[in-house]
Formats: sequence, structure tokens, C-alpha cells
Amino acid sequence: MKRIYLDNAATTALSPKVLEAMMPYLTEIYGNASSPHWFGQEARRGVEAAREKLAGALGADPSEIVFTGGGTESDNAALFGAVEKYKKKGNHVITTNVEHHAILHACEALEKKGYAVTCLPVDEYGLVTPEQVAAAITDKTILASVMFANNEVGTVMPIPEIAKVCHEKGVLLHTDAVQAVGHIPINVKEMGIDMLSLSAHKFHGPKGVGALYLKKGIRLPSHIVGGEQEKGRRAGTENVAGIVGLGAAIELAVAHMRENAARMSALRDRLIEGILGTIPEVKLNGHPTKRLPNNVNVSIKYIEGESILLMLDMNGIAASSGSACTSGSLDPSHVLLALGLPHEVAHGSVRLTLGDDTTDEDVDYVLKILPEVAKKLRFMSPLWKGAVE
Amino acid sequence: MYTEKVLDHFSHPRNMGEMQDANGVGMVGNAKCGDIMQMFLKISDEGVIEDVSFKTFGCGAAIATSSMATELIKGKKVEEALKLSNSAVVEALEGLPPQKIHCSVLAEEAVKAAVEDYYKRRGEPVPEGTERKHAGH
Repeated sequence: MKRIYLDNAATTALSPKVLEAMMPYLTEIYGNASSPHWFGQEARRGVEAAREKLAGALGADPSEIVFTGGGTESDNAALFGAVEKYKKKGNHVITTNVEHHAILHACEALEKKGYAVTCLPVDEYGLVTPEQVAAAITDKTILASVMFANNEVGTVMPIPEIAKVCHEKGVLLHTDAVQAVGHIPINVKEMGIDMLSLSAHKFHGPKGVGALYLKKGIRLPSHIVGGEQEKGRRAGTENVAGIVGLGAAIELAVAHMRENAARMSALRDRLIEGILGTIPEVKLNGHPTKRLPNNVNVSIKYIEGESILLMLDMNGIAASSGSACTSGSLDPSHVLLALGLPHEVAHGSVRLTLGDDTTDEDVDYVLKILPEVAKKLRFMSPLWKGAVE
Repeated sequence: MYTEKVLDHFSHPRNMGEMQDANGVGMVGNAKCGDIMQMFLKISDEGVIEDVSFKTFGCGAAIATSSMATELIKGKKVEEALKLSNSAVVEALEGLPPQKIHCSVLAEEAVKAAVEDYYKRRGEPVPEGTERKHAGH
């Protein structure tokens, strides 16, 4: 059976070129990057070359890049580090109600410690406005953390405008850009971003490695204490092969970003139009245009997401859903509820996230299978009163 | 995560569909929680479940447990059907993931709700055993 992977927001395939770049560091170049001898220095060169590549891709200086164990670690480090560092200024943090749990649960932990958190509500498309952020800022606000692009519905936030209002009031801006880096253009200097989190496995790099961009002058206490790695900003022996892989992956992603984004947006739009055109009572979740090039998220009313995924899987299509049954909790995805979807509509969501390797034929196949799946499940559903052919 | 049996009942549900001449119909669960089961029974004057069918909105486990529940009660006496436990459904499906056990409870409750409806339609007292573990899911 044909197998089609449309869950690239969950993780992406490691690029063969990235693996090739990593291989020497998994084999003969095994030195500790902190060691002064030749073995160590060869590893060090790999780490620093990757740092330069990543800095170049983001419009940053290499000294502003801290390698971490992934997106969640970067998010936690930014939030916990910033409130600790700037506690003299106040106790207030601003975020949104569609953030990844790496931010939302970190904010809940901050609240338990006595910090005040303002969680801004998004509109029906998943957007917050710069005005909302400006209005939430008080003289006690340390930072705002607003994601660059949403992992479930793909909505891209107005980060440069939000950065502007933050800076006018002397507030730092952190952005969780895990879904955006390598997919859409980001320049931290031009956009006014103070802190940014990213993760290599979202752009065909290896899992378990990420980075935190910290603008020059922002010196956070290390969230992991130990050795002096990463200039004392993140202790622990560097994941040399992973970091080299991150560097190779970002270099490839940036080199092909324009063509990949154009190709994927066209496939995305064909998929959205095809689904909305062939299946009755379907809703597109997220913004119609301000969305990631690879994200399709729809709610198919009167049926449930996990059964849609199972049936797609039986037909070789790997997708994702925000239904309660796939989240392992009683409630469907907090993002879909934040967009104002009723529970029952959120339960019927399907996310299809395209990759570099997604083809026209794959889109045709999904457009053949998904309507059949919807029809079959609706035929079983006591809620569906529409025509069943 | 699912057994072969669950996947089989999910992809080839038994006794699925509406029944026009049912004399007992029950619906449990709610859309907000993500699962609704509707059970249709045709019970003979002798109290035998001659026919049964279901319709379900829900996850794979919800569909599979409904399907299995219909198989387990078809041809049985009403009193026996009332004894159907959720664990019997789970067992017949060769297991369910822990977070899906509530689907089997819903299947048990759907059968009971349909039997209750049957007695109510006949104006007869509802026998013991139709009480549900947690009303309305």
C-alpha cells in the first residue's frame, strides 16, 4: 500500500544530506568539544560552523545562539530565565491561549510561583493583535511570549508589529518559532525579536537538538547548571552530531525555502479547496492566508477525529487530529477551543501537514480517500442527518 | 494501540445502521465529550432480542465497542442482555487501552437505555439492571 506522511508538524524525516553531514561526528570525530586537544577541537569546529550557519539563517550573530536539547527546553529556558533575571522589574508575563504546552505549562508553573500571567485570547483565526499585547503591558511586565506560527492551525502571528509595541514599553519579546524556522523567512534583527526558540527535527534535522536565540545583552542564568558549555548559558556536553545536523538542516531549509514554500502553498491550497469542495459541512481551521505553507486543518462535522485518523491510516495516510481521543484528555485541543470552535466540531478536526516530498499525486490520493472516509463515518454517525449516497 | 479485533470491528462494524421497526431505542453520551452511541432493538413478544443495530459518533474504540455489544446481545433474552457488562465487551475485543475503557461503559449503557425504552413503550415496569453507572456520560 502507498504510504503518505502528512504529519510534518509533528516531526519531519531526517534529510539524507543532513545525515551525511552528521555521520563523521557519530563516528571518527568523537572528541568532547570542550577538550583542548585535536580530537576535541575538531568537534568544536563542527559546533561553531553550525552556530554560524544558524545565526546566518536568522540574521543573528553567532554569539547570540545557544544550543539546547530542543524546542521545549528553549521555551522553558527563555521563560524561567527571563523572569528570574529581570525579577526586579516586576512579576508579569504576557502570552496567548494558543501557545504550545511548552509555553502554557511553563506559564502555569510561573503562576504557582506567584507570577502574574496574562493569557491573551485569539480571534477566530488564531491571531492576537499588537493592540491586545500593548493593552496588557503594565509597568511590572517582564516579557511577552507569542508564538511565531501555530503548530495546529498554522496561523502566523504579526510578530514584527508585536515586537514594536513591546519595545515601546520596554518589554522583551520571546517567540516560539518551532513551526516557523526553516519554513518561512525570519530575521530576528529586522523583526525585533529578543528571544526565539527553535527545534531541528521540524526542518528535516535530527531530534533532540534545538536552539535559543538570545539577543546580545540578554544574559539569562543557565537553566541547566554544570560545566561552562555554551559560554555558561547551557551546561552539559554538546550534542555535537545533533548540532552539526541542525546546522546542515537549516542551511538546506533556507537555500530551498522560497521554492519549497511556493510548491507547498500551492499543494496546500489545492488540498483545502478540494476538501471544502467535495465534503459538505467542513470548516477550515486557522487563517485563510496568514498560515504556514504546509498546514491544512479542517473540521469535518458530525464525525470524530481519531476514527478519521484510523481510517486514513488504514489507507496509508498519516495525519493528526485535535480530538480529545488523540490528546489523551477529555477535552479537544486547547487551540481549536481558543478559536471558538464548539467541542463537537473540534473533535472532528484533521491536520494534514505537508513536507518537501509531498507530491501532486499525494494530494490527489488524499482528495480521493478523505471524502470516502468522511462518508463512511458519517453513515455510522447518529448526528449526521444529511444525505447518504 | 488497538487489538486486531478492535480494528476489525472498527473497519467492518457489525449490525450498523438505523432500524426502522425497532421497539426499543437508546442513546447515550454527548457530542461535547466526543462520543454518542445509539442502540436499536427489536424484541419479540417472548422477550428475545431478534434484531439489534447501532449508530455511533466517536473514536475507533467507541465504534468497535458498539459493534461488539450488538453481537453479544443478538438472539439473547432481554434479561441476559441486561447483564452485559463493559468488561465482557472489553474481553470480547481482546482488550482496550486504559483511556478507552469508558467507551465500553458507554456501550453497556446504550444497551440498557434501549431496553429501558422498550419497557417504557410497553407501559411495563422497567426491570432492575437498567440503571446506568453514570448517567449521560
